[in-house]
Amino acid sequence: MPAPPCASCHASRAALRRPRSGQALCGACFCAAFEAEVLHTVLAGRLLPPGAVVAVGASGGKDSTVLAHVLRALTPRLGISLQLVAVDEGIGGYRDAALAAVRRQAARWELPLTVVAYEDLFGGWTMDAVARSTAGSGRSRSCCTFCGVLRRRALEEGARRVGATHIVTGHNADDMAETVLMNFLRGDAGRLARGGGLGSPGEGGALPRCRPLQFASQKEVVLYAHFRRLDYFSEECVYAPEAFRGHARDLLKRLEAARPSAVLDLVHSAERLALAPAARPPRPGACSRCGALASRALCQACALLDGLNRGRPRLAIGKGRRGW
Amino acid sequence: DCFKAFYVHKFRAMLGKNRLIFPGEKVLLAWSGGPSSSSMVWQVLEGLSQDSAKRLRFVPGVIFVDEGAAFGKSLEERSKTLAEVKPILQATGLPWHVVALEEVFSLPPSVLRCSAQEPAGSEGAYKAAVDSFLQQQHVLGAGGGPGPTQGKEQPPQPRLDPQSLARPPAAAQTEALSQLFCSVRTLTAKEELLQTLRTHLILHMARAHGYSKVMTGDSCTRLAIKLMTNLALGRGAFLAWDTGFSDERHGDVVVVRPMRDHTLKEVAFYNRLFSVPSVFTPAVDTKAPEKASIHRLMEAFILRLQTQFPSTVSTVYRTSEKLVKAPRDGPAASDSSPCCLLCMCALDVDAADSATAFGAQTSSRLSQMQSPTPLTETRTPLGPCCSPGVGRVQGCGQGACRREDPQACIEEQLCYSCRVNMKDLPSLDLLPPYMLAEAQLRTQRAWVLQEIQDCLIEDSDDEAGQS
Repeated sequence: MPAPPCASCHASRAALRRPRSGQALCGACFCAAFEAEVLHTVLAGRLLPPGAVVAVGASGGKDSTVLAHVLRALTPRLGISLQLVAVDEGIGGYRDAALAAVRRQAARWELPLTVVAYEDLFGGWTMDAVARSTAGSGRSRSCCTFCGVLRRRALEEGARRVGATHIVTGHNADDMAETVLMNFLRGDAGRLARGGGLGSPGEGGALPRCRPLQFASQKEVVLYAHFRRLDYFSEECVYAPEAFRGHARDLLKRLEAARPSAVLDLVHSAERLALAPAARPPRPGACSRCGALASRALCQACALLDGLNRGRPRLAIGKGRRGW
Repeated sequence: DCFKAFYVHKFRAMLGKNRLIFPGEKVLLAWSGGPSSSSMVWQVLEGLSQDSAKRLRFVPGVIFVDEGAAFGKSLEERSKTLAEVKPILQATGLPWHVVALEEVFSLPPSVLRCSAQEPAGSEGAYKAAVDSFLQQQHVLGAGGGPGPTQGKEQPPQPRLDPQSLARPPAAAQTEALSQLFCSVRTLTAKEELLQTLRTHLILHMARAHGYSKVMTGDSCTRLAIKLMTNLALGRGAFLAWDTGFSDERHGDVVVVRPMRDHTLKEVAFYNRLFSVPSVFTPAVDTKAPEKASIHRLMEAFILRLQTQFPSTVSTVYRTSEKLVKAPRDGPAASDSSPCCLLCMCALDVDAADSATAFGAQTSSRLSQMQSPTPLTETRTPLGPCCSPGVGRVQGCGQGACRREDPQACIEEQLCYSCRVNMKDLPSLDLLPPYMLAEAQLRTQRAWVLQEIQDCLIEDSDDEAGQS
């Protein structure tokens, strides 16, 4: 059976069906629609004002590749300039391959690339070393806790080095949905109160962060990368199977099968959560050691590193027993 | 013994801590036949028969909703279930009602209107009410023995509700109901619709017989599952109402959940140890495969996660306690903000083109109507005349347009998750007439309001104008 004509240009044959609306589109129209939607998100949310220097967190994976590509296509329209910042967490067999992909992309797009390594920033600690250090504690390793906190610090640091005014990351709608599910399952009221919006406006001296791909589902990101023939690194992190997020991801896949709009419904729910004032995190101050944004005396990165350095890696994970 | 004391204490503490049920108040117990609600009814009965210091001081009644028609049960099966249900209801000694779900077709549209809210009782009001009640008891002769003393003060309630039992539901209504449910495409939407209809029916019965509170037997486990399910359905804004202790969105009738602290395991143990009678009634999702609906998926997921991380249910429960019923624009807007037609919560949808999940969905629908140029301006909404808006029928100035697109006009009056559910209903005409009538009425009111907007005087923000 021949493919139906494209629903928007009516000229070429449709090559795909959009997962959300079931509309049949040809490759070019789909990519155009995708870009238009990202532009709409950025403009309607006033995320990137003209003249901004935008640091793109590039990991070499599909989300950041698509993000960088779309933003690059939109730079004349938005009046911004792009910088690629890649973070090297020191995960052998995974991150080095990904970084090679990032370097290729930077060369192809002619965008300046800065690589920030955990080893340099955090006193010689790579993720592999962290994993070894937390391995013997009996419970699960919680590598993702360390990696996530340290990566955000590293991104911030890298962005400052290149003089950026905004940080963008490639989180898509599926990521947001998984996050809200995870936060509920773990009872993380503080994160629930903070998340769900369009990114943080950058309080207390931290750079404003946003996620232009926030309303694009993962399938659409993959489709876009396919039709634009983008080269990206597609393997899973070595430590991913241990993560709690895996449960949330599994649930999300099933929910999406039961109801295709479940992902956006979850994002909508996350936007509208109303938490008690007592549950919200306190106004952030500055870390006493490194001066970064922190809601307690030490920022989480410093606290985690402290624990690692003292040989007590779980020091800053979970609720402090002595009420610190 | 210790277990019983602990169990009963939890129940009484939940009621006592929240101080919502005033002495002498009429409370309707929604009994589905299942273990949690049976346990709740049992607790209430025990509480009524204790010595006067600790006796529960409200006046209960029990209601059972026969939902057999919604999933194609024949009349014989339904009467068999009813035959099991009746003796239990009679044994409670409380005024009981049995209603069939078909009666939704004879509900008046007033069910969907939030009645004026009674001013929330402060701490002082509750204490004063209790004191005056005790005084009254004392004056009337506190020597009266245990038993429904309150019954003497009111005209005797009919023990039987002849209307809803003697006459079996009209065949036409049964047919209409089964048609409605058969036309729904997904199990998720069916379950949601069933819940909505059941709530409206119970609400109507409560109002008709003068009950001001309704107690439902949702247990901790069920509420945790319900919370996560509602999150996935897009009801993040209303979680506090859906899973909190009290739910006052209907105005005069408040839904209360006293079993919120009891896990299903505890309920099961209690029912077994103390032989609490319950009736198994198959529900719309009995024996459905796990992937069939979002409700089933969530239930399976949470119960499975619970085996691995035993604190899952209690963590979700504790998080739900931190949710508040925040009106979006502050208390000033609560009177005039439009409510959803079906679930009666304040509408949670913004303008169509905003940078939110809702905005992303509506703008992607509109983008299909334009020829794509890669870097277009933010689009001007072309779409149908009734563009989705916050209850205000902006494009519907012309009466002709209104009649052309009734589906869109109804959709506008729904909250986000009700809209998603209605997408699974191919035709909105099969809905019970009270919903359609109310939708029509609201559309007309909004149109009229727009016409006379210039002449209306509203409260202005600055105080200077009012001396």
